[in-house]
Amino acid sequence: MMSDSSSPALDSRVANSPGTTPPRPMLRTTIGTATAMAGPKAEPSPVRIEIKNLKFYYKKYEALKGISLPIYDKRVTAFIGPSGCGKSTLLRVLNRIYQLYPDQSASGEVSFDGKNLLDPKLDLNLLRAKIGMVFQKPTPFPMSIYDNIAFGVRLYEKLPQSEMDGRVEQALRRAALWEEVKNKLKQSGLGLSGGQQQRLCIARAIAIQPEVLLLDEPASALDPISTLKVEELISELKNDYCIALVTHNMQQAARAADYTAFMYLGELIEFDETQVIFTNPSKKQTEDYVTGRFG
Amino acid sequence: MELYLRRRFVNSIVLTLSLVATIVGLIWLAAILWTLLSNGLAALSFDLFTQTTPPPGSQGGLINAIYGSVIMTLIGTLVGTPVGILAGTFLAEYGRSSRLSDVIRFINDILLSAPSIIVGLFVYEIMVIRMGHFSAWAGAMALAILVIPVVLRTTEDMLKLIPDALREAAAALGTPKWRIVTMICYRAAIQGLLTGVMLAVARISGETAPLLFTALNNQFMSTNLNGPMANLPVVIFQFAMSPYHDWQTLAWAGALLITFVILVLNISARIIANWSRVNQ
Repeated sequence: MMSDSSSPALDSRVANSPGTTPPRPMLRTTIGTATAMAGPKAEPSPVRIEIKNLKFYYKKYEALKGISLPIYDKRVTAFIGPSGCGKSTLLRVLNRIYQLYPDQSASGEVSFDGKNLLDPKLDLNLLRAKIGMVFQKPTPFPMSIYDNIAFGVRLYEKLPQSEMDGRVEQALRRAALWEEVKNKLKQSGLGLSGGQQQRLCIARAIAIQPEVLLLDEPASALDPISTLKVEELISELKNDYCIALVTHNMQQAARAADYTAFMYLGELIEFDETQVIFTNPSKKQTEDYVTGRFG
Repeated sequence: MELYLRRRFVNSIVLTLSLVATIVGLIWLAAILWTLLSNGLAALSFDLFTQTTPPPGSQGGLINAIYGSVIMTLIGTLVGTPVGILAGTFLAEYGRSSRLSDVIRFINDILLSAPSIIVGLFVYEIMVIRMGHFSAWAGAMALAILVIPVVLRTTEDMLKLIPDALREAAAALGTPKWRIVTMICYRAAIQGLLTGVMLAVARISGETAPLLFTALNNQFMSTNLNGPMANLPVVIFQFAMSPYHDWQTLAWAGALLITFVILVLNISARIIANWSRVNQ
């Protein structure tokens, strides 16, 4: 894996800024570069979620071994690392979706809005309405495209029909799906292509106006064109949301993220601005991974 | 090479044997259907649906039995289905890893294969004896008890086929559990749930033993659920055993009717199940 980037992929070349993604002929080979990854150092962003000494267990197995890092508002934070390193697990803690399964548990502290997100007394549904999530596989609900979006909105708001129409359109537009589906809103969401389904899921997540978006390998099941669209969408959305992105694709992290966390075997090896991680990592392990020497 | 030839030889023998076994199995089914059709078709007439069961030696139909069967099957299904669906929902959605679920599942499997005459005797004991008389209510309850395990089982199986990813996606929007179940899981599994209900209806519409002890029979047209009520299986049972030719003819007609209804139910269940596969 990643053998093609083991060559001097990290020296400076012209590449794309994550904000505006022009046509990109070499999808696979453009690892972002120091100049390209414009994680603007100049204007620090407030911390939205602060993770402190987070441990996670599948039954007795310790999948996260004391992770601490901040996740900044209006920035994209990418989590990279080989399979099984715990990056998806970490994401699943942030909206406590892991609690659907009784044999999974977490300890430590995750502060969000001045509260510990792991507090058992926290109302999970309200939390999840604030922290949206998009999963690896597209999961449209078995209902019409319109209802897929309206479903989440109806849970927390009673809107008149016209306003609901507006919300649905707005969400679909933001997810760059409106033009493709505007004439078939009443058709089943299951009839869309994989890429469209995934954008439908993103639209569904942003329709309820969350504050944080968790993206768990949102493009891994998609073709390059759809991947591109989703990535463009991510850089568009970060103006309004705090985004945590798990990805297997290092180029994607380099292109889309402002900050990158490299994880390995349940531990956080390194966390820094994306350009530092990819060009000048302080740990040998990180360097080996981003240059494709292992993983 | 020799080994290969030997394999081919063994293969052809096994293939022939399985074919013969299949034919032997199917012959009986064909014979039953043939007998049923040849005797039943001749007995079909308009009177069947307009007149009540006659005394021996006179003309009549089966309308009271048809009515009774429909009404008791309907009530049995209406009572048994919600219980089965809710219990199946508990097993698949709420109590997946609880010990109680294992117990329920085990008991349900026993109920599923329990002889229906036991169910009939049970309802006889708790309803007929207490009330002091046979009644359509008791018949419907006996049928409901037979519906529950079938619907419970299919509901659980069908809900378990819904991928957890869908539940996670709904939960991630802040959807309360009960809404995930009712709005997402039921919706995704609706065809499977309907198939289960259809199969349950098919099962109970031919049951004789539980009705023999509960609804008994009624020579006359009766809409009183509190009294004995005629029904096709028991009428067939009684008429087929009788020495009167015209009763026997009516029994054939009734048997054909029931078989036809069960066939239609099974085929619809299939169509619904296939339709769901195409749509997902």
